[in-house]
Amino acid sequence: MSGTIIINNQPVAFDKEKSLLEVITNAGIDLHTLCYNKQLAPFGACRMCIVENEKGMLMTACTTAPADGMNIKTHTPRVNRIRKMALELVLGNHPSECQTCDKSGHCRLQDAANAYGVDKIRFKKPEKDPKVDNLGPSLIRDNNKCVLCGNCVRVCEEIQGVKAINFAGRGSNSKIACAFDVPLSESTCINCGQCLAVCPTGAITPLDQTWKVKEAIADENKLVVFQFAPSVRAALTEEYGIENAPKAMAKATTALKMMGVDYVFDTNWSADLTIWEEATEFLGRVAKGERLPLFTSCCPAWIKYCEEFYPEFLNNLSTCKSPQGMLSAYVKKYLADDLNLDLGDKKIFMVSVMPCTAKKYEASRKQLVTKDGEPETDVVLTSQEIIKLFREYGFNLADLAETPMDNPLSQHTGGGVIFGVSGGVAEAVVRYAFNDGAVVEACRGTQELKEIDLDYKGIPVKVAIVNGMDNAGKLLDAIKSGEKEYTIIEVMCCRGGCIGGGGQPVPNEMAQRELRKDTIYDADYLAALKNPADNPDVKAIYERHLGEPNSHAAHEILHTSYEPRDKVTGQWSKD
Amino acid sequence: MADFKINIVADLESLKDKVSAARAAEKIRISLCMGNGCLAAGAGEVYDALKESLEKHGVATKSDLFDEGVKDNINYTHTGCQGMCQHGPLLQIDPENNSDKGITYMKVTVDDVDEIVEKTIMNGEVIERLLHKDANGVSYKNYKDIPFYQLQTFVTMKDCGRINPHDIREYIGIGGYLGLANALKSTPADVIKTMTDSGLKGRGGGGFPTGVKWNFCAKETAPKKYVVCNGDEGDPGAFMDDAIMDGSPQSILEGMRIAGFAIGADEGWIYVRAEYPHAVKSLGKAIEEAREYGLLGDNILGSGMKFDIHIKEGAGAFVCGEETALLASIEGKRGMPRPKPPFPAHSGLFGKPTIINNVETFANVPKIMLLGADVFKQNGVEGSYGTKTFSITGDIVNSGLIEVPMGTKMSDIVYKIGGGVLNNAKLKAVQVGGPSGGCVPADKADVSMDYDSVKAVGAIVGSGGLVVMSETACMVDVAKYFMTFTQSESCGKCTMCREGTKRMLEILTKICDGRGEDGDIETLEELAKAVSDGSLCALGKTAPNPVLSTLRYFRSEYEAHIYDKKCPAGKCTAFKKYHIIPDKCKGCSACARKCPVGAISGELKKPFVIDSEKCIKCGVCAATCKFGAIEF
Ligand SMILES: Cc1cc2nc3c(=O)[nH]c(=O)nc-3n(C[C@H](O)[C@H](O)[C@H](O)COP(=O)(O)O)c2cc1C
Ligand code: SF4
Ligand code: SF4
Ligand code: SF4
Ligand code: FES
Repeated sequence: MSGTIIINNQPVAFDKEKSLLEVITNAGIDLHTLCYNKQLAPFGACRMCIVENEKGMLMTACTTAPADGMNIKTHTPRVNRIRKMALELVLGNHPSECQTCDKSGHCRLQDAANAYGVDKIRFKKPEKDPKVDNLGPSLIRDNNKCVLCGNCVRVCEEIQGVKAINFAGRGSNSKIACAFDVPLSESTCINCGQCLAVCPTGAITPLDQTWKVKEAIADENKLVVFQFAPSVRAALTEEYGIENAPKAMAKATTALKMMGVDYVFDTNWSADLTIWEEATEFLGRVAKGERLPLFTSCCPAWIKYCEEFYPEFLNNLSTCKSPQGMLSAYVKKYLADDLNLDLGDKKIFMVSVMPCTAKKYEASRKQLVTKDGEPETDVVLTSQEIIKLFREYGFNLADLAETPMDNPLSQHTGGGVIFGVSGGVAEAVVRYAFNDGAVVEACRGTQELKEIDLDYKGIPVKVAIVNGMDNAGKLLDAIKSGEKEYTIIEVMCCRGGCIGGGGQPVPNEMAQRELRKDTIYDADYLAALKNPADNPDVKAIYERHLGEPNSHAAHEILHTSYEPRDKVTGQWSKD
Repeated sequence: MADFKINIVADLESLKDKVSAARAAEKIRISLCMGNGCLAAGAGEVYDALKESLEKHGVATKSDLFDEGVKDNINYTHTGCQGMCQHGPLLQIDPENNSDKGITYMKVTVDDVDEIVEKTIMNGEVIERLLHKDANGVSYKNYKDIPFYQLQTFVTMKDCGRINPHDIREYIGIGGYLGLANALKSTPADVIKTMTDSGLKGRGGGGFPTGVKWNFCAKETAPKKYVVCNGDEGDPGAFMDDAIMDGSPQSILEGMRIAGFAIGADEGWIYVRAEYPHAVKSLGKAIEEAREYGLLGDNILGSGMKFDIHIKEGAGAFVCGEETALLASIEGKRGMPRPKPPFPAHSGLFGKPTIINNVETFANVPKIMLLGADVFKQNGVEGSYGTKTFSITGDIVNSGLIEVPMGTKMSDIVYKIGGGVLNNAKLKAVQVGGPSGGCVPADKADVSMDYDSVKAVGAIVGSGGLVVMSETACMVDVAKYFMTFTQSESCGKCTMCREGTKRMLEILTKICDGRGEDGDIETLEELAKAVSDGSLCALGKTAPNPVLSTLRYFRSEYEAHIYDKKCPAGKCTAFKKYHIIPDKCKGCSACARKCPVGAISGELKKPFVIDSEKCIKCGVCAATCKFGAIEF
């Protein structure tokens, strides 16, 4: 539908907007709403978007369809009174610890209270609930700060199809909880952090592990090694207004070196390595016609989802570790040898910086340990945390000098960097196995599902690229029912791919994700090499240590295994 | 199984004649009320005892409606609510199937049954003691002469206390399903026209014109549609829908089927709260019987119409009565309202066009289809046609369930039907419309009970709850009572209702506890306006009504609590003080020795005094004093 709406006496044309609120927002008016999110079903709970029409009727703009000829005002005294009272009521229940809150500066509640000039809170604050869910590997959920907007519940159900959390209790006893009120870590939560991405307040935040990194740096007996995932550079360019991704990485390297980090490597390198392993595995399966379709395995949230809800497909998952897992495992096993380091009593402390909260959980997987039973990755920091650390150290990244990342695990091709976007892994595989590094337009874009037909030595290869866990679930059902058939499927849990991971800075809406996607493809454009097969530093490790892709030595450190989990508790079924 | 299937309208008519004949041949019909009120008063035991006594005395009773071989042709049966619940169990004994000659016994106990059988049933003697006596000592042999009944007009409740609800044939015998037959003979458009012409408005609280609602839904072209009956009835103290579901379930089924025909739906759902086990059972039985007789299923009355009905037992949350929450609940989701539009008529149950109406609304439908819109409109006033059931509770002589034409004066309900305020006290106010309604003060008591007039005085007809309050009621306390209810029933979805009701309750509690401060009334008013403007569903939008109406009519009571630290009605204990009446005090010091906080002092043999600052109102002193010298 299209037409014109009079907003605050001005005609505003609308076209495809789904709600009146979208029209208002597009007209440049921010109502400082709390429960609206463009990608979710409207909920109508926060009441901040109430507007008044010419007849004095009130309506929530988020749940009202735009219609030609509407005449509304967004800031009449009556609606302002409602909004101000709604905020006073919410704040009456809120700890108001802005100074110490992780979300400060990005909090929509803080912003709204400020914007509407809430200047008094006449209501007594309740006792704080000491029960904060911080037992899990990835997220902290603090219901004290929750405004019950329901965004997390809806994203978990509508976009991720997990339904790990829901409303519990009634009336003023309402809260967000897992079934049976267990912590997230004892639920089917896949740690994707998309709830965090849509939470308007500080009620859901990444588990802060920056302190562990600071401790390790201060520890004489630790050799601190960092790796940076592809998408983090998109977060850094965005946060600091840096021209492009390579510059952002060079500046981040300076920062880390100033902090005392020993080595800074690039996960892009191990993304290239992943392609060597995964493409080889894939072509082997195609040749034998077994365990197809092959599913990519770099997304840990997807892995857990598959283990929980679709164990029948575990055999189809690529056995490749994720790029994070490959780099960490390689560093712990071969770095000292490669660099001729005498570590003595020193232990390598492996930190990876990821756009993703699920990577924190991945690091805790029981399969991803060294021979001595230690985790291959010691700490995962999200983009949000690294930015916080930089702030603590007073770095304005844009102003720092540039330092090249360390050799030999940083050199990469464009095929490695595009892992950060949905379609990137698939495109890298195509570059490696089919077209020697050419751009594959059909893999690009943030659509929920992309399909591509290829030919491998006369064998038709059908590629599917899906993002958003619920979309993946629907695709799996279609495969099960025989309605769809593919040879290889790239699955990314978050809409748009890792650039929209739960650890990325907020706001983390599709609009931001589109820009980050451009940054990533830009980095691909800037890269001298495009085909992972051409990465000399990957070639070198096969020559030096691993022989060839999928060799026994490669399997030992670069591959992993999966186990079914309970559909209700999310725990390993066998344990 | 049914004796036969009703395939065409003629089958229905012949069955009706057969039932009428069978009933007319009955020498005596003994109907014990087994409505909820009477059951609570022991009707279950009375039923068994009476049955046993009849057998013991050799009084043969019919084993079935059509069992005519019995010597005396006596039918001993049970009915749904007969109305005067407060005086239950009620027993109606009608000779020759003529209720005009009937005898109505009240407060019947197990000990009375032998006497009833021996005297009344075997010998036609009236037992004076079991008749209803009014306040002036006048006793009434037949319920029809009791003012409580005389002033009522029964339409939806007409059959309720008069037929056996578990026998579809009795419903058919009094003209049941002829309304449906009429509907099926005409067109859906005609049915909707009749409904629109009747002016019937929804009885579930919203008062939306039923015909208009059906028309919206009929216009939808979707192949699948639903008819939903709202039997959640969550208002505290309301029980009219329960009475109809329990006592006249077939009338609801018939109404739903007519609606199904009008909008083009083939499936219906009845949502009943699980706390109504009798209604659930009665409806279940009714559906089963209707299926057996072919009145549910394929090709109903030979018309080609298909319709079936399911029951959903709700967990009994007030908010689940809100239509969108109710639909979510049937779908197996959390019972939370969603914003409208879209209205259920466009997108309802499972996303399909759905009409949802209240129990009493549906119960009116067969009558309208049978007798026509004009007959329906003979009751009521412009804008509010027909009758309405009300439940009267509180400080009233005859509490119970009543049905009167809309537009009846509230004072007539209270004084004439209700018999006036309990203990001849003065009327202070009537809360009309339950927790979503408002308090109508005594000087507005002659308000006409129609949608517009009630709204004009700050209340709503709602589902018809009337709570009568005498001078001893504190209006702040009343507002607090209703706010306690709504705040605990808020679903918690939207900010305004969830947090706003909590804070309003907090302030009301504070005022009643004597901690009210300057500014509280203003905050309360501000909150009330914002909550009614800003809430998502009608629960929140109407939650402030009791506060707003009491502030409108009884503001001085709020002020007295806050500024004078007094509860004018003497109800709020926070303002009460223990004090010693000097004339009665003998100065024995017993109280002073017992007081746990040492608040009492004095000289022996002289009157003691209580320091009210120290007193914690434990009451030990008053209990200790042998001379009754300590008052509260
Ligand atoms: C909080 C709340 C509770 C309600 N409870 C009931 C109820 O118990 N029964 C009912 O029929 N309608 C109830 N309603 C009204 C329904 O939403 C709806 O308007 C009604 O069922 C429509 O039927 P009617 O048009 O026949 O009245 C309630 C509304 C609200 C907001
Ligand atoms: S992290 Fe993902 S799966 Fe877990 S609760 Fe949040 S949205 Fe749901
Ligand atoms: S945790 Fe955040 S997103 Fe979830 S309901 Fe609370 S405020 Fe909303
Ligand atoms: S008004 Fe109350 S009951 Fe209705 S949606 Fe809001 S919180 Fe729920
Ligand atoms: S944005 Fe519309 S109610 Fe929250």
